[in-house]
Amino acid sequence: MTVKPYVRAVPRYTWFLAHSRYLRYITREVTCVFIGAYAFLMLVGLKRLAEGREAWEAFVQALASPASLVFHVAVLAFALYHTTSWFNVTPKAMPIQLGDGFVPGRVIVGAHYAIWIVLSLAVLILAGVF
Amino acid sequence: MSQRLVELEVLRFNPETDAEPTFQRYAVECPEEWVVLDALNHIKETVDPTLSYRWSCHMAVCGSCGMMINGEPKLSCKSFLRDYEGVIRVEPLAHFPIQRDLVTVIDDFVTKLKRVKPYLVAGEARPVEAGEYRQTPAQLKTYKQYTLCINCMLCYAACPEYGLEPKFIGPAAISLAHRYNLDSRDAGREARQQEIAATEGVWECSFVGACSEVCPEHVDPAGALQQVKIKSTLDWFREHLMPWRRT
Amino acid sequence: MAKSDKALVWGLFAAGGTVTAFVTPVLVVLTLLPALGVLPDVLTYDSLRAFADATLGRLAIVAIVVLSLWHAAHRLRITLHDFGVRADYAVAVVVYVAAAVGSLAAGWYALAL
Repeated sequence: MTVKPYVRAVPRYTWFLAHSRYLRYITREVTCVFIGAYAFLMLVGLKRLAEGREAWEAFVQALASPASLVFHVAVLAFALYHTTSWFNVTPKAMPIQLGDGFVPGRVIVGAHYAIWIVLSLAVLILAGVF
Repeated sequence: MSQRLVELEVLRFNPETDAEPTFQRYAVECPEEWVVLDALNHIKETVDPTLSYRWSCHMAVCGSCGMMINGEPKLSCKSFLRDYEGVIRVEPLAHFPIQRDLVTVIDDFVTKLKRVKPYLVAGEARPVEAGEYRQTPAQLKTYKQYTLCINCMLCYAACPEYGLEPKFIGPAAISLAHRYNLDSRDAGREARQQEIAATEGVWECSFVGACSEVCPEHVDPAGALQQVKIKSTLDWFREHLMPWRRT
Repeated sequence: MAKSDKALVWGLFAAGGTVTAFVTPVLVVLTLLPALGVLPDVLTYDSLRAFADATLGRLAIVAIVVLSLWHAAHRLRITLHDFGVRADYAVAVVVYVAAAVGSLAAGWYALAL
């Protein structure tokens, strides 16, 4: 007698609701929408800059709108989620072996955060914010 | 030893009579110190001898008693009753077909494991007089973590990408390929790359990281797969953009 | 089986992921400030032109835009698959063509500066 094993289907549209770790993952993946939207904004800004002073100043004027504020707050939230989720897994992707042991993961993660903070502050200072 | 009434809700499936699996509830008195596997054994011995499941060593070495316990892939020999409250739900490992009750069909994993050549592939033949293949402690350390895999398949049950795309070679098999690729005595990387750098290999992985979270031996398959991606990417650029460096 | 060319797009995704992790938050803060009534010096036409007229500055702008686009494009492909869209080939063509067009446009505008 042949017996047929039972196959359980994975719910195609809702599988990520099944566990908190899947929700964390799908949130991380959705950050790409915001990173992509901001890349598009930068592209438009570059175009306006190339078109001359008047076009650029109109672009900066548009950045001052309430819609721009909402857009930027949303992008900032997801960009920060992207940054932390990216840095936190760096020791997995790039472990550093020194002789018989590995550099502790928190040192690699910590170095990323330290460089990130210094770089961000440097950009803000050079940009004339402070 | 203090006793406790433990209620287990076990997914049952008899391929000869059932169209689909159903839950059956058992209530048994168990000592607090027991693990879920002890409770299942107790049920099989005293309540229901038809209950089917795999187990062997009872000490997290053989990797055969993997089950979903309250929705989480676990070794039932390592899951203490005292860590659970209320009814404990026990199901067969997710993403594998059910053979009977908690027994799954694991042929898919075994076939994939063979494909990645999880053994040392010798390079040049050496005469016996040349002696052992020696390795420094540092060379051993490079891959040692990945030798701890017990093929329990919890990572496959946790990996949503394997659930969605069953052709994916998956976390444990690719981690084991990585283990041999990192071994200083091995010369089989190029042969393994044909499998793990293919579409069904590491590229189906989207780094959910669930495999490493559930691994009972702390192997970190997710880390292994990202390292394989980085190395395969460097290979790709070398092979396509720097033909003079092709090895 | 043959090795996959996904390595190319994954490489761009990973490079873009690293670059955006480091620079996107602070850039967003800079372009957010005008909405709060603050205009950082770098957003004035003369300052930004001066930055972009330096070769290194211009390269940095193009690199950040291009790598952000490829990072987002590849991750969007995976995300759509995760949300149940099974037309992976069509999705891949659309997102990568969009990233390629955006990259060419970024290069074009940078040369036109």
